[in-house]
Amino acid sequence: MGRIVIELLLRVAGALVAFLTLPLLVGQLEHKAMAHMQGRLGPMYAGGFHGWAQLVADGVKFVQKEEIVPAAADKTVFRLAPAAGLLPYLLVFLLLPLGPGLVGQALDMGLFVVLAIVGVGVVGMLMASWSSANKYSLLGGLRGAAQLLGYELPFVLSAASVAMAAGTLSLPGIVEAWRPWWLLWQAPAAVVFFVSGLAEIRRPPFDMPIADSELVFGYLTEYTGLRFALFLLAEYAGIVVVSALTTVLFLGGWKGPFADHQLGWLWTLVKVFAVSFVVIWVRVAYPRLREDQLQRVCWLVLVPVALAQLVLTAVVKVVL
Amino acid sequence: MTVTDVLICALGALALGSALLVVSTRHVVRAGLWLVVTLGALAGCYLVLTAELVAWVQMLIYVGAVVVLLLFAVMLTRAPIGASDGLDRSRWPAVLVGGGSAVALGALLVEAFRWSSIRPPAPGTAERIGAAVFRDWVLPFEVLSVLLLAALVGAIVLSAPRRS
Repeated sequence: MGRIVIELLLRVAGALVAFLTLPLLVGQLEHKAMAHMQGRLGPMYAGGFHGWAQLVADGVKFVQKEEIVPAAADKTVFRLAPAAGLLPYLLVFLLLPLGPGLVGQALDMGLFVVLAIVGVGVVGMLMASWSSANKYSLLGGLRGAAQLLGYELPFVLSAASVAMAAGTLSLPGIVEAWRPWWLLWQAPAAVVFFVSGLAEIRRPPFDMPIADSELVFGYLTEYTGLRFALFLLAEYAGIVVVSALTTVLFLGGWKGPFADHQLGWLWTLVKVFAVSFVVIWVRVAYPRLREDQLQRVCWLVLVPVALAQLVLTAVVKVVL
Repeated sequence: MTVTDVLICALGALALGSALLVVSTRHVVRAGLWLVVTLGALAGCYLVLTAELVAWVQMLIYVGAVVVLLLFAVMLTRAPIGASDGLDRSRWPAVLVGGGSAVALGALLVEAFRWSSIRPPAPGTAERIGAAVFRDWVLPFEVLSVLLLAALVGAIVLSAPRRS
């Protein structure tokens, strides 16, 4: 009994450490990558050595800022919204496998649980947008809800394709069943999953709910200081979650060129950061979609492709 | 009392309390947010009863989609911050219907199981539910899918722009 409790505590602590470090690393990566791509000087100087202290400086800045709650806001909901936005991602970190046996909690239907929890994240955004008592916030929240409800569909359908191929809903089980040729077989699903994942975490070019040139800053307009930083952290945690899910479902998770069992965690991390880099790269490379284009892409491109992929998966599965 | 008993009592109390708040709060949007808590606590109850799949379906469908759609609709039409006084709630009929059905269901449950002890069934994993749905209950499943398809077609017809 004692050993089980200690092991459980260790696993939860591991997930917590991952939750506290990986998003910050992705944040630093974003600063550096964007600075190089756009020729920005700020993130090159802070701290002297290649701008290593940029994120620390950001943190200090956020802590110093005044906490402002608008007078007309629904104060309780306004204060709770960042936590409601962040908590789902924290739970997802418990379920993502890092290596063989290296997982916070291996569930029989881990994939389903992850999708269900990620879907709940929208509530935090709706809370923030409505309780701010600001029309730009509300518009941002409504855009976000419409976007998330739409993109949930291709997100789940493309994940279902992999689950069908692997014959299991368990995330470690999917990695076990994965073979290199699935890269080709599941390629359309991978693209659909990645794109709708970007939309799920509201990253550019799908940042219509924030759209700083139209809606001030969307549902984050009224947030300052640490609460804003928490939303930012949720965004980076979202990048890690989407990258890790893409890695586990489509890129073979801990399977690498050699020594899967000893170095599995390293292959996973390398893949997660490679996908995160693509997420950041896409932000720099593409302009924001217009609201109607956003919905068209979802319903007329992603959903049909995901459905076609399901048919393809089923056919190959039956023939083999 | 085992851990399971304590958990299910706490979650049940949470579900009941937040459900009462849903119908009694004067803040329209907060009622929707309390509904999130109610349905989440209910999902927790299912989880404690080892009905895993049902619990997570509850999260995905009810919390992630139905309540969000509800909040979306409320915010799109009328969602004042703070208490609204002119809420059109018929209290007594609601108390009568809600209390009556609760008492009837409770009486039915007590009458049906009285002192018999039930051995807990095997956990409701995805595999077991999948096997049950696609082996034993294929016909009801297919009938239901036809019903859903009809509703989908109806929604498209209703929302399509009219040609004059």
